[in-house]
Amino acid sequence: MSMQWYLVVSALIFSIGAAGVLVRRNPLVILLCIELMLNAANLALVAFARMHGNGDGQIFALIVLVVAACEVAVGLGLIVAIFRRRLPIDVDELRGLQG
Amino acid sequence: MAEVLFFLAAIGAVAGAVGTVALRNPFYAVLALVCHLLALAALFLLLRAEFVAAAQVVVYAGAVMVLYVFVVAYVGGQDEPLGRAGGAGLRLASALFAGALFVELSIAVLGSGLSALGTEGAPLAGVTGEAADRGFGTAAEMGRLFLTKFLVAFEVASLLLLIAAVGAVILARRRSGLEDPREISVADVMRGSGGTRIDAPKESMLEAGGPANR
Repeated sequence: MSMQWYLVVSALIFSIGAAGVLVRRNPLVILLCIELMLNAANLALVAFARMHGNGDGQIFALIVLVVAACEVAVGLGLIVAIFRRRLPIDVDELRGLQG
Repeated sequence: MAEVLFFLAAIGAVAGAVGTVALRNPFYAVLALVCHLLALAALFLLLRAEFVAAAQVVVYAGAVMVLYVFVVAYVGGQDEPLGRAGGAGLRLASALFAGALFVELSIAVLGSGLSALGTEGAPLAGVTGEAADRGFGTAAEMGRLFLTKFLVAFEVASLLLLIAAVGAVILARRRSGLEDPREISVADVMRGSGGTRIDAPKESMLEAGGPANR
């Protein structure tokens, strides 16, 4: 398959993830949609690495994987902290920063 | 053969992504994301990125998704109520935005005029000598790159993981009132108040471990 197909699939997944971030209200699902967008970027990076026949893009994809894992850890910690303070798990009702 | 595998994996990945966004129960959304990640690992294999595909399955679809499932079970995976705050208008605007983003990304990628876009990638079969021994996308090649060319990025990534782990523990610890003497604060840890910690080792372990039985 030519590289264009992989890049179009990557763009499609990124768009779906962006739409999910806008539509959904549960912060857990918003985190999942951010994962989708990071994975789309990973697919594009690996496709470009294959295009050049060079391993550097795959290293970049692995670093993105690490950053995504960190984001998940901190994001889920925040959600657990919100839940323990008896606040609603809904981004529309968590607009105030004063807690 | 590669075409059939590509379309199967691509359809699986896109279907998993749509399921993640569209399913109302967060638990099913997590399961759809697992399907998406597995299909994406197949795409990585088609692109000869063996090690990235293996890391994707083991780290992402394995460890990170298990963490998600536990948090969904802890917080309560109730269905999202329909028809509130925004509703149909917001949904339509989001769909329009996503469509515009897709068109723009496609134009940006396909119109970039890179001559290699239409090819199947750089030739790998004809490589001889040292490059053929190393392979492309294998764990050996990734390790060599990580420890030579990208050593700084590797170390920074490990530091980032450490910071994120400590931050997650501090964020998610019990905060049932500051009057609780067993509460660990960052200031205490910085001051190095080891004496009080030794007095109550069991309680201090409970702080990070979740709900205490009291």
